[in-house]
Amino acid sequence: MILSLTAENLACARGDRTLFEGLSFQLAAGQGLAVEGANGAGKTSLLRLIAGFLAPRSGRLVLKTTSGESDDAEERGRVVGWLGHQDGLKPQLTVIEQLIFFAHLYRGKTDADAALDEVGLARQKDFPCRFLSAGQKRRLALARLVLAKRTLWLLDEPFAALDSDGQALMARLMARHCAQGGILIAATHDPLSLGNAAIRL
Amino acid sequence: MSAFNALLMRDLRLAARSGGGAALALGFFALVATLVPLGIGADLKLLARVAGGVLWVGAVLAALLSLDRLFQGDFEDGSLDVIALSPLSLESVSLAKILAHWLSTGLPLTLISPLLALLFNLPAAATLVLFVSLLIGTPAVSAVGAIGASLTLSLKRGGLILPLIILPLLTPAVVFGAGAVAAMLDGRPPSEGLTLLAAFAIAACLLSPFAAAASVRLNLSS
Repeated sequence: MILSLTAENLACARGDRTLFEGLSFQLAAGQGLAVEGANGAGKTSLLRLIAGFLAPRSGRLVLKTTSGESDDAEERGRVVGWLGHQDGLKPQLTVIEQLIFFAHLYRGKTDADAALDEVGLARQKDFPCRFLSAGQKRRLALARLVLAKRTLWLLDEPFAALDSDGQALMARLMARHCAQGGILIAATHDPLSLGNAAIRL
Repeated sequence: MSAFNALLMRDLRLAARSGGGAALALGFFALVATLVPLGIGADLKLLARVAGGVLWVGAVLAALLSLDRLFQGDFEDGSLDVIALSPLSLESVSLAKILAHWLSTGLPLTLISPLLALLFNLPAAATLVLFVSLLIGTPAVSAVGAIGASLTLSLKRGGLILPLIILPLLTPAVVFGAGAVAAMLDGRPPSEGLTLLAAFAIAACLLSPFAAAASVRLNLSS
């Protein structure tokens, strides 16, 4: 179980350019954080930093779980559910193959059909992914996120390419994730329908 | 299914469906092996003499064709981020990818080599040595290749630089492999070359997953 995620005075630089510095926040279980900012302000970099792909230039991130406290990037990566701005799907694989692969990769078992139902892709189950629209691909990436059952969701533009039904679905899943005691951080231009904290980069 | 097997099966499936895997490498290998005898002419003795070297170089070049996509495809479409956050370590990810590449190119190339050796009038005993040397050596080609593929994964035309990085590293494999075939032709025991080749292959397969994983990590942080 995740208890809290704390950022202390984070600074991030790409090359010589400082994207942001002095960033602090604390999120308890069940809370969401919207990250806003102009294009190029460092929203994606912040998410990659939290996921452990990037190292902060200074400051630290502390993840507190029921098994203790840690600022190790690799350990943090093990609880991250990642929805990047790319969907991470293979055009040659069918929808269900794709999802079963990720289920095995993350949890060693599969309940892919239920996840497909949830995001409204049950009918497209055997379609190769190259036939899916951008919104349907997003839904499939969302099914993967649900299936991974991770506690710290990092979402990059989660509403991009989704129709109004899809956006409602996304908002519902985000609310459920928080209700179940998860934490989520979303880089977005749309205000989060969670009534949660927001920071501007 | 374990996470390792899931990744292995997915990569094999992708190789089979994208057409850039076994079929392309086999076609390339077969064409090179057909063209060389045509170019050299009907000097049977000379053909048998060069068979080991030509087929080894041909197999290495054929295996190179699909190597540049080893990590690049997953990097470009964002899959690599998702895979990197899974419980599977990047070292295991690299090993699964090396194994998938060998099963989809190195192994088929090895299996077809006795047939191509016929074009060079290679005696049966030497053909067997060629077969065994490729069986031992092609995993090293995939393993060393994975290091190059991980270094160039974010480069748009990385496939052009890849051979420059890994072909020098593969010199020992070609020397020992072709050397074993030549030794057999000269009536010397081929075991010396095969043993050295096996040592090279074992070292490559043990070390390269770590090197590739380190390089993937570096690329994900940029």
